[in-house]
Amino acid sequence: MAHALAVHGLEKRYGSVEALKGVDLSVEEGELVGLLGPNGAGKSTLVKIAVGLVRATRGEAEVAGARAGSRAARAKLGYLAELFRFPGWYTADEVLALHQRLARSSGGAEERRRLLELVALEEASERRVDGMSKGMQQRLGVAQALVGSPRVLVLDEPTSALDPAGRRVVRVLLEDLRNRGVSVLLNSHLLSEIELVCDRVAILRAGEVVAAGSPAELSRPRGVELETDEGTRTIAGATRHDAPRLVAEAVAAGRRVYGVRVLTSTLEETYLEAVGDEVS
Amino acid sequence: MSAVATIAGYGFREAVRRKVFAVVVVLTAVFLVLFWLANRYVFNDLAHITPPAGVAVDTRTFVGAFLLGLAMFGTLFLGVVLAVFLTLGVVTGDAERGLLQPLVVRPVGRSTLLLARFLGAAAVCVVYVLVVYGAALAITDATGHWLPAQTVAPGLELAGAVVIVIALSLLGSVVLSSTANGIAVFMLFGAGLVAGLLGTIGHALNSRTIEHASTVASWALPFEALYQDGLRLISSNASGLTGFLLRLGPFGGAYVHGWGIRVWSAGYLCVALALALAAFARRDL
Repeated sequence: MAHALAVHGLEKRYGSVEALKGVDLSVEEGELVGLLGPNGAGKSTLVKIAVGLVRATRGEAEVAGARAGSRAARAKLGYLAELFRFPGWYTADEVLALHQRLARSSGGAEERRRLLELVALEEASERRVDGMSKGMQQRLGVAQALVGSPRVLVLDEPTSALDPAGRRVVRVLLEDLRNRGVSVLLNSHLLSEIELVCDRVAILRAGEVVAAGSPAELSRPRGVELETDEGTRTIAGATRHDAPRLVAEAVAAGRRVYGVRVLTSTLEETYLEAVGDEVS
Repeated sequence: MSAVATIAGYGFREAVRRKVFAVVVVLTAVFLVLFWLANRYVFNDLAHITPPAGVAVDTRTFVGAFLLGLAMFGTLFLGVVLAVFLTLGVVTGDAERGLLQPLVVRPVGRSTLLLARFLGAAAVCVVYVLVVYGAALAITDATGHWLPAQTVAPGLELAGAVVIVIALSLLGSVVLSSTANGIAVFMLFGAGLVAGLLGTIGHALNSRTIEHASTVASWALPFEALYQDGLRLISSNASGLTGFLLRLGPFGGAYVHGWGIRVWSAGYLCVALALALAAFARRDL
């Protein structure tokens, strides 16, 4: 079975700059994959190749078995660009209607109403884009990407302009989409968001994937923290498998154990390890 | 076909929302009022214009063709302004503003998208040019009771000239920023006008070199040649000294004319569009 989205040996060169140096990545059916990396790591280039906005120098990119950028691939794709704008004189409903016609969606008014409700814009369907806040426009962008019920969704910084409530709306939406079997490639700077919703994460640095796996796989053991009547101490190098033994040893030594905590690195720590001291 | 209609409609709606559209409409109204006033005063004074004895000049034809030529220049200029401002940022400009990406990723096809934008702009500009040209004809007829021998073909050639400018502007929009493209197209337009005037001067001076330069420019920039051919057609019924004097003036007519330049213009338009489509297909956004 074809991947929902896959790139193999993807290279992109802008003049003398190598933006991508042979990237391999896949998104399976119903999977939510997060893309992380500092500015200039090649994330947006990768996303743009996947949706057909940029041509790869070498390598392959496919969407649901079709060559990325082909009409067949674009018919299965929903995309929210990092920097996008809708004509200011269009209402939210008109923006969605325009994209319905272009995506050949037969959803009609019911689909538009449902999408606006999904992004909490149901009250703003007749509001013109130039009268919307940046956050509202971004949520409208997410709704636009969902027109025609795409199998694959590519979102480039979908929450960059959103307040915490708006981010939560998008996060709940992403979880709902995953439950419905939609595959999502999410490019975001917000590690906490990626950690919360993504099944897998790929970290790019200087055009290469330097770490990939589920958030749990990417986390590293940091030891076990034991809280006893003598105070709290950290046993570095210990894992969760060592925790029962450490508790038993403390009890046998006459200590009272109040708590035990297995320490693992956060995604942020893993990310910083992967990208080194590179500042975005 | 529905995608073409959708994108063309999108472009049309964008066009009429722009301030430049309103500016062109206001300027056109001012131009037509001034043109009507000029015609009224000049034709009213026609009885008092007496050529020197022994000089047989048909003053009504001379004035009518001269003023209509002036109106054709005004129409071409305003049509080109409209055409350039509707198309100068269709690719690079819209991509920089983030308007293009949501449309390009839809299963429409880049060539369909660009052709639809071309058709939308061409429809607006052709209608505009034909309406203004028709109004100028009506004013000349109403105030001076004069109409050229050919009325339809010059209007179509004017419209064709503007359509070629649209294709050049679309091609420029793929590779240049909006500002650079606007400057480039207006410079081409200016170069064409200068070449046309040079041709007239060269003809008057009987200078082969200047005539040759003007001829080369006409083939290189056929929108100018179409406009000049339109001028030639409106004065085609002026013979003798009247025709000679008209041809000496700035609205005198073409030295590259007829079906050759029309066919060349059609081919030129197709090549400009094909280049724009090929460049857009390869353009990273």
